[in-house]
Amino acid sequence: MSLLQVKAVTHSYNSHTFFKWKDHSKKVLTDISLSIDEGTCLGLLGTSGAGKSTLGKVILGLERPQQGQVLFQGHDIYTADKLIRQKIRRDLQVVFQDSYSSVNPRMTAEHIIGEPLENYEKLTVAEQKRTVIELLERVGLSEKDLKKYPHQFSGGQLQRINIARAISLKPLLIVLDESVSSLDMVNQTLILELLNELKKDFGLSYLFITHDIKAAYSISDTLGVLEKGELIELYDSKTQFFSSEHPVVKQMRGSILAEHPRFRSLPTRINKT
Amino acid sequence: MITSLRIMMRSQKVVVLCSIILSFLLIITILAPWIAPNDPIAVNLANKLQPSSFEYPLGTDHLGRCTLSRILYGARISLGFATLIFISSLGIGLIVGTIAGYKGGWLDQVLMRLCDGVMAFPNLLLILGLVGILGPGLKQVILALMLVQWVYYARIFRGMVLSLKEQNYIAAAKISGSSQWKIIKKHIVPNVLPPLAVMGTLEMGWAIMDISAMSFLGLGVQPPTPEWGAMIHEGKSYIRTNPELMLYPGLMIMLVVVTFNLLGEALSERFGVKRR
Repeated sequence: MSLLQVKAVTHSYNSHTFFKWKDHSKKVLTDISLSIDEGTCLGLLGTSGAGKSTLGKVILGLERPQQGQVLFQGHDIYTADKLIRQKIRRDLQVVFQDSYSSVNPRMTAEHIIGEPLENYEKLTVAEQKRTVIELLERVGLSEKDLKKYPHQFSGGQLQRINIARAISLKPLLIVLDESVSSLDMVNQTLILELLNELKKDFGLSYLFITHDIKAAYSISDTLGVLEKGELIELYDSKTQFFSSEHPVVKQMRGSILAEHPRFRSLPTRINKT
Repeated sequence: MITSLRIMMRSQKVVVLCSIILSFLLIITILAPWIAPNDPIAVNLANKLQPSSFEYPLGTDHLGRCTLSRILYGARISLGFATLIFISSLGIGLIVGTIAGYKGGWLDQVLMRLCDGVMAFPNLLLILGLVGILGPGLKQVILALMLVQWVYYARIFRGMVLSLKEQNYIAAAKISGSSQWKIIKKHIVPNVLPPLAVMGTLEMGWAIMDISAMSFLGLGVQPPTPEWGAMIHEGKSYIRTNPELMLYPGLMIMLVVVTFNLLGEALSERFGVKRR
């Protein structure tokens, strides 16, 4: 059985105002169905405004879809009873794109990482501190960073803290919503390496939402392409993505920069697409 | 410590100066019973309208009461009750604004239309109307001021909560299993309170003006209690012969209001807080 199943999810944003009775709803997701198996990573590619982040929110239980179901280990995350929902919430974590806005600026690293532990694990103060230090060390930081505030960290370090918070409860699935997009190339590679290691060590599953094909390629086992709220193609292997003839996918592939500048001349690229 | 104080003195001259004035006023407010030279309500008609002397440093009023003592005691009412109004309206605004912003939906609509209703009237007119209904007296004026002031805080709190609610760390807290109450307590309130406290400094000036205005109109503090606005009211009949009876309390109101306003402006500039 798949760990996560999204079944025919359709969602739109409504903008009902007090004096305007006309419906101004905007459809953002149309009939999306996908599944993620345990220990695998689904890379979800799409351009800006394709509905990737909305799908992420729907899967995380933050945005109830108007139609369709999101099943986690066979339980509907929106209609399951409270105890099961709490369990699902524990097993389903997130790392957002903007590392700075993902942490409360008035909390230290210790409190940021300790928040999920406080909510779920009944640990003593000393035990919690020890767990937080272990998590910091696991993501490449140290005990010295325990009392630091977010503004004292770089973007890459802060993203490591976000990852530490996400793995603190040993979840089954982590939604990585453009988690490496705002980082520089070196940090992107380091974070992707870390995510790959964690995936192996904890048997984690990822939903890797991104517009960066290279990043998706390096971490994903399966790939999906989202365009204007529709899941246009879903590939069981990465090679299928590179042989797809779908115009949107071809255009995406055309946007990947060649490794040598000689092959990056503008006319060549325009002809290709 | 001394170096940082020196740097602060140089870069934040206005803040330092205003803080010194306000601390001085706070001290005299607290110490009024010990430093006032005379009883502020003791009538002595034989000594009425006396000029400055050793016994009465700022002279006496039309009932022979010591003007300095009345100003010192008056500070207790003006500053004390302005603080009370500020804290209580901030408290109501915080609760209403946070609920409206966080919950949204019909509750938000109802609470905000209520605020719109209150804000549709000029402040002073509304306070006058409320005091007219409740009857004159300090308690009624304070209640009326509270009922009018909280809407501004509620509005600003709501706006701040709305923008904070969209921050990823609120979503991350929800996913981490934090309850609504915990999110409000740990993530929302600590992030909206400091800018509001800065804004509150500006509002303190207004609260003092409003209490004095009501007392001047005879609706607030009732005689013989000393209060700056009431003192101006009592002194206005002697404006030609003894203008100092209005001048001293007037200067005190001006000093306090200007100090609060300058401090509020400087702090809001320093912390980038937008005014209402």
